[in-house]
Amino acid sequence: MSLDAKTVRRVATLSRLRVEEADIPRLQAELNGILGWIEQLQSVDTTGIEPLAGGGDTVLPLRLDAVTDGDQAEAVLANAPDRAGAFFAVPKVVE
Amino acid sequence: MEPVHFTLAGALAAMQEGAISSVELTEAHLRAIDRLNPSLNAYITVTADRALDAARAADAQRARGEAGPLTGAPIAIKDLFCTAGVKTTAGSRILADFIPPYESTVTSQLLRDGAVFLGKVNLDEFAMGSSNASSAFGGVVNPWSRPGAPLVPGGSSGGSAAAVAARLALAATATDTGGSIRQPAAFCGIAGIKPTYGRCSRFGIIAYASSLDQAGPVARTVEDCAILLRSMAGHDPRDSTSADRAVPDFAAACHASVKGLRIGVPAEYALEGEVQALWDQGIAWLRDAGATIVPISLPHTKYALPTYYIVAPAEASSNLARYDGVRYGLRVPGEDLTDLYERTRAAGFGAEVKRRIMIGTYVLSAGYYDAYYVKAQQVRALIRRDFTNAWGVCDAILTPSTPTAAFAEGAANDDPVAMYLNDVFTVTANLAGLPAMSVPAGLNGQGLPLGLQVIGRPFEEESVFTVAAAIERAAGFTTLPGMMA
Repeated sequence: MSLDAKTVRRVATLSRLRVEEADIPRLQAELNGILGWIEQLQSVDTTGIEPLAGGGDTVLPLRLDAVTDGDQAEAVLANAPDRAGAFFAVPKVVE
Repeated sequence: MEPVHFTLAGALAAMQEGAISSVELTEAHLRAIDRLNPSLNAYITVTADRALDAARAADAQRARGEAGPLTGAPIAIKDLFCTAGVKTTAGSRILADFIPPYESTVTSQLLRDGAVFLGKVNLDEFAMGSSNASSAFGGVVNPWSRPGAPLVPGGSSGGSAAAVAARLALAATATDTGGSIRQPAAFCGIAGIKPTYGRCSRFGIIAYASSLDQAGPVARTVEDCAILLRSMAGHDPRDSTSADRAVPDFAAACHASVKGLRIGVPAEYALEGEVQALWDQGIAWLRDAGATIVPISLPHTKYALPTYYIVAPAEASSNLARYDGVRYGLRVPGEDLTDLYERTRAAGFGAEVKRRIMIGTYVLSAGYYDAYYVKAQQVRALIRRDFTNAWGVCDAILTPSTPTAAFAEGAANDDPVAMYLNDVFTVTANLAGLPAMSVPAGLNGQGLPLGLQVIGRPFEEESVFTVAAAIERAAGFTTLPGMMA
């Protein structure tokens, strides 16, 4: 499965990465190099093998559905690039 | 002896005997950093005033007879661990000015036990790399060199390993997603352990690939790693994958005998040249020390790296979605909100991070999910099954840590796949969630360090420490790097 330029643009959009048109050929070559190498997995027989998602065997624990933290607005906003009062500020989304 | 040459264990003993103070130790390390960091670029941030305050408090605490397991020991923190009030960058432009309002669990436990933090050490951007070249703050130089060619320290924990090897810290925290503790430890001639997945809390460690990421120590001896890991490890309800298990006295295991232990040697890893010769030597050392050597088979190992380069980018593409220029980190203005996201991420992330985000996005996208992501998870299950089968006949596994010694800057940077091959021996332990340690075992023909890797059963770090310490004793590795305080 080889990526064409259109797919590279689409993946960049899905990734929310601005990619300049001049960089598409380089990215296409790099990504295809990696995907071509990954392709060898298709030769492994995985019939009936349950996919392994996690790193450990531990069963995820349940916890109380309770508020354990809060009233930290200043700490939460301390690194905000832009704020308006107790809110994060972004460019106008709705006209 | 210069105070920076103490082992961690030796420094703690010397402070307890009153032979040296934490302030003296800390000042000596800060002087060493002043002198050598401009050449090595191991530290991104040095917190000298905080360190000296902590050292004075540590000396007072010890004088009161209230010393903890690490009281007064100056160490370095990989700049992937959030430290309250201290800039934490993940080696990325996108977090260049980020000051966390909270402390990671691992670093808070180190502070609880009395450690003194000298500063934050360099790494590949978001821990993605094997040479430290992808850091937005410049590469780290390996304190070991060969004539005419500066060498990389390995990655991603290259700053941690270089700082410890050059005596700019007694020990350091690190993290390992595919080999990021063990490969730089091997390249810099020091020891490092990635514990079992779940042994250390991931809370407050900037996430790369959450099912693989695990914190661990690097230090100049196996026992020093054991001492530091005991403080780093332990259950944390804030990380749902953190294991609710007692933390053993890992240092005691360093003094146990390997007599009767069965050491597996995988048939599929056959090599040539000096790395094979060192591996053969390691096998002989363990046999001489009373261990039984048994052949094992790990047939799916050859698929481990391609599996990793689906699983890790997939998780990374999700984890790094949070860097959007809205709540923290870099913002680049745009015409609208989407343009702001795209410009921020294009300017904030480096080339390797962008490649991994795009690969991850692609393998998770509609139509490709089963062919790539589910397939990789199935092969991951087979890789773990290989190990489960091996544990039927052995107690630990011995392999080389890396296929080569440290390489020159720029040598492998042009080809991403060539760079990925560095982790061929280390990545299986991440995919299977196993503890694994690199211990310096010898030099190659150019006088550069090579490591051997010991892999253990889940939550049997003690066996790993026992075997690694036996190799350390037999190897008698005493060569020092050329650049050192």
